[in-house]
Amino acid sequence: MKILVCISNVPDTTTKITFTNDNTQFNTSGVQFIVNPYDEIALSRAIELCEGGKGTVTVINVGEVATEPTIRKALAIGADDAVRINAAPRDAYFTAYQIAEYAKSNDFDIILCGRESIDYNGSQVAAMIGEFLDIPSISIIKKLDYDGSTATIEREIEGGKEIISVSGKFIASCAEGTAEPKIPNMRGIMSARTKPLQVVEAKEIAQLSKVQQFETPPPRGAVKLVPAEDPAKLIDLLHQEAKVI
Amino acid sequence: MSVLVYVEQVDGKFKKSVFEAVSYAKAIADKQSANLTAISIGNVGESELKELGKYGASKVLNVSNDQLKNFVNQAYAAVIAEAAKKEKSDVIVLSNSFSGKGLAPRVAVKLEAGLVDGAVELPQLDGGKFQVKKTAFSGKAFAIIELTSAIKVIALNPNAFGTKENATDTTIEAFNPEVKSTDLAAIVKEVIRATNKISLPDAELVVSAGRGLKGPENWGMIEELASLLGAATACSKPVSDADWRPHEEHVGQTGIAISPNLYIAIGISGAIQHLAGVSSSKVIVVINKDPEAPFFKVADYGIVGDAFEVVPKLIEALKAHKG
Repeated sequence: MKILVCISNVPDTTTKITFTNDNTQFNTSGVQFIVNPYDEIALSRAIELCEGGKGTVTVINVGEVATEPTIRKALAIGADDAVRINAAPRDAYFTAYQIAEYAKSNDFDIILCGRESIDYNGSQVAAMIGEFLDIPSISIIKKLDYDGSTATIEREIEGGKEIISVSGKFIASCAEGTAEPKIPNMRGIMSARTKPLQVVEAKEIAQLSKVQQFETPPPRGAVKLVPAEDPAKLIDLLHQEAKVI
Repeated sequence: MSVLVYVEQVDGKFKKSVFEAVSYAKAIADKQSANLTAISIGNVGESELKELGKYGASKVLNVSNDQLKNFVNQAYAAVIAEAAKKEKSDVIVLSNSFSGKGLAPRVAVKLEAGLVDGAVELPQLDGGKFQVKKTAFSGKAFAIIELTSAIKVIALNPNAFGTKENATDTTIEAFNPEVKSTDLAAIVKEVIRATNKISLPDAELVVSAGRGLKGPENWGMIEELASLLGAATACSKPVSDADWRPHEEHVGQTGIAISPNLYIAIGISGAIQHLAGVSSSKVIVVINKDPEAPFFKVADYGIVGDAFEVVPKLIEALKAHKG
């Protein structure tokens, strides 16, 4: 079994978000980059499925050379090898196309990624890869079992869940619950340095969207405190002033 | 020009988020002097379909096909793309729901269309540009995205636009494009719905609690408060990590990002990752015994006090308010 895991290089979750160049670019100064937390879940499940010599896990990232420390982190967690498509990702369409093109010429049984990236909050890449490859895509999954040919998948839906069965190749985007993220151990960190990391040049595709500008949310007003002894006052304020109940 | 809106049904009924997507799509259609067509897939009755007219859909394409009874995004995307071609739609609107998130990207690739998901405002059409504002960095910022493709796909965040009635005469037209068997390779074996629970992403009111509750056995009062308000329940990451509450209740940067009208946070200090996922809530109430908790800095209303004393009093006050 061969599993391809798509990883995104994103700012650490504690990052204070600021912008430069008249709010047209994300300010990367002093920012620590990490494997997108949801992609780490996908990677962890892929490693679990391949445990005991059942298969291999390849991680793939669309990014410039600066993303290699993040790729090495994924190798330290337990991926067998890695691919970097050498390009700054323009949008999800571009990223998904590059990964799909790589997957077309390399025979993977399963492709996994995170439910969304924590920078642009796009949940587009998995389903776009599915469409480019004309294979099923199952989004926001909570559980994935695989018997070597058929996967049984639990997917979150509003107010419940669905159990889905899929045979043949497929792509799924993983949410919390699919696996516990693995922490690299010393052996993993040491071996990550020597694991293969292939660099592939990107292919051209039309650009359909671009970020024009960023905005930060307007600051909220000062908190109005209500005495702990008088919660009825809070109910009044929510009813009369805020008009939300 | 034409705008197409996909109306997601649950057991033959439309939820509020659907009427919100139709209202949003109607506003775009009006901006472009275009017609609005809705497409419904699954078995939905005529009276329910007619409801779409109240929000501005002048035509409804009704796909009633047992093969499509359950949501399979590969097949649904093919049907929506066919409808877009038939209607010559240049803008396609969906809800950014769990299903919409799996569907919109496939529709976009089929139509070679630019996609904005997580949209929070109407597109700006100044100077021939088509720009849409969306959430980014888990609510810590917004991004203005320009779509440069001929066809545009927008997935609207729940509670971002609201519903706007716009009564229109509606015609219902059967639409039955061929469904390829390869598009039905993923088979839905079972659908399990928690019927008594309010769906968190759609909820207008949310009551959330954190480690300050000390243990899962103390969630009874949170559920009672939520039930009285008609609110969904949520929790912070440490709570779901500790298995006090299910993962699907975790809101925040690595959980679900929400934007309800009211978010009540009880015993949650307000780490940056939690705030990121809830800061677009319209009104935030914080109950915490630590007056220095960072959550108070973004709250509209607050009570400094012990949850175990404040929440029962709040429940009593709410019961009195409801009479």
